[in-house]
Amino acid sequence: MIGVIQYGMGNIGSVKNALDHLGIPNIVTADKNQLSSCERLILPGVGAFEPAMNILTDLKFDVFIKEWALNEKPILGICLGMQLLLTSSKENGTTNGLNLIPGQVMPIKNAHRKIHIGWNKVEPTIENAIIPKSGFAYFVHSYACQPENKLNVIAETKYGNSFPSAIQKRNVTGVQFHPEKSQDFGLNILRNFAHASV
Amino acid sequence: MLAKRIIPCLDVKDGEVVKGVNFLNLRSEGDPIELAKKYSKQGADELVFLDITATLESRNNVVDLVRKVAKNVFIPFTVGGGVRSVKDISELLSAGADKVSINSSALKNPKLLNDASNRFGSQCIVLAVDVKRTEGSWNVYSHGGSKSININAIDWIKEAEDRGVGEILLTSMDADGTQAGVDLEITKLISDMVSIPVIASGGIGKLDHFKDAFIIGEADAVLAASVFHRDIFPVQTVKKYLLKNGIQAR
Repeated sequence: MIGVIQYGMGNIGSVKNALDHLGIPNIVTADKNQLSSCERLILPGVGAFEPAMNILTDLKFDVFIKEWALNEKPILGICLGMQLLLTSSKENGTTNGLNLIPGQVMPIKNAHRKIHIGWNKVEPTIENAIIPKSGFAYFVHSYACQPENKLNVIAETKYGNSFPSAIQKRNVTGVQFHPEKSQDFGLNILRNFAHASV
Repeated sequence: MLAKRIIPCLDVKDGEVVKGVNFLNLRSEGDPIELAKKYSKQGADELVFLDITATLESRNNVVDLVRKVAKNVFIPFTVGGGVRSVKDISELLSAGADKVSINSSALKNPKLLNDASNRFGSQCIVLAVDVKRTEGSWNVYSHGGSKSININAIDWIKEAEDRGVGEILLTSMDADGTQAGVDLEITKLISDMVSIPVIASGGIGKLDHFKDAFIIGEADAVLAASVFHRDIFPVQTVKKYLLKNGIQAR
């Protein structure tokens, strides 16, 4: 069972629709008891970093997610959910994140438009079970993750400068794109996450 | 590199996809869910659904349609037509739309654009603008092209960007349904001016028209209807053509 953390940030329905379509058992909830009984978690998210982090803290999801990660159980952050995994973000000042993967969230640099909207190529940089091969995925963001340790980068994408489009530290994975909106390429990534061993 | 997007547009009326010429003489083109699935399979990058009746009775049907599309199609889609309030937007996004396009109601109440982008984020608010050329400039029309608004397209789009919209869907009414190519002049003008993506729409009839819209018009995406509904060429043919011409496509 995959638990999708419902904390009021963004279009969580599409993640559920994609998991349902793949036949992957899932539950969308804010109930920590129910989430605790799941094997894997997804932290979705669309919107700004600071309000999202405030909600996570208010609902004590920050502590819950950190404990989850310490227990070596898999968690996947999507889009803003990926950015929240890092130490801090420079979006509208500096805000601390969950610090599961050391690094900072910075504005996209040297790009044609300030928002990166559309399909772009995700190129794996390290052999990994979640993104075994390159393909196009759908992005919508204007900030990008910069992990301190380059070994935590598992895939890159070029928009202006190259930026990490997927990161991983043991059981903690993050993707900047929306796998639930990236047709077969994205659906495969969700399937891989549902089956990958840590 | 970011791919140029190809977006089939589905004008929906009474539960059916329809298409006209210069916004008139509508004919039926099929079932919206079936067409959405077909285009997604063909490699469409996004879909746009426009409720062209936009009456109060049709609102519930549209929300229902959005829910069905979201369960069946795993690419982003935008919904527009008759979006009047933050509440309307909230309803469509909760039903599964990724973005909402706003046209007439923003002209009547521009503050809606600020309220909507502050609340839901710029990335899901698209400003749809219908323009018609008049003596070397472009005027904005509302209510599905039926009502002339005394405002210049350039001024309106600049204002909308300042108010926080995340994308511009620019339709040339002169070109719409004619299959004679998009209005390259206004497309390039707007694309150079704004720092958000511009979707060019109206007039696609040949493969060349896509290339021109991307290279000469500098559009980020092209939206078309008739050529896809009538199978003049499927989406994958357009993609192959673009790649062959050195344009990044998915």
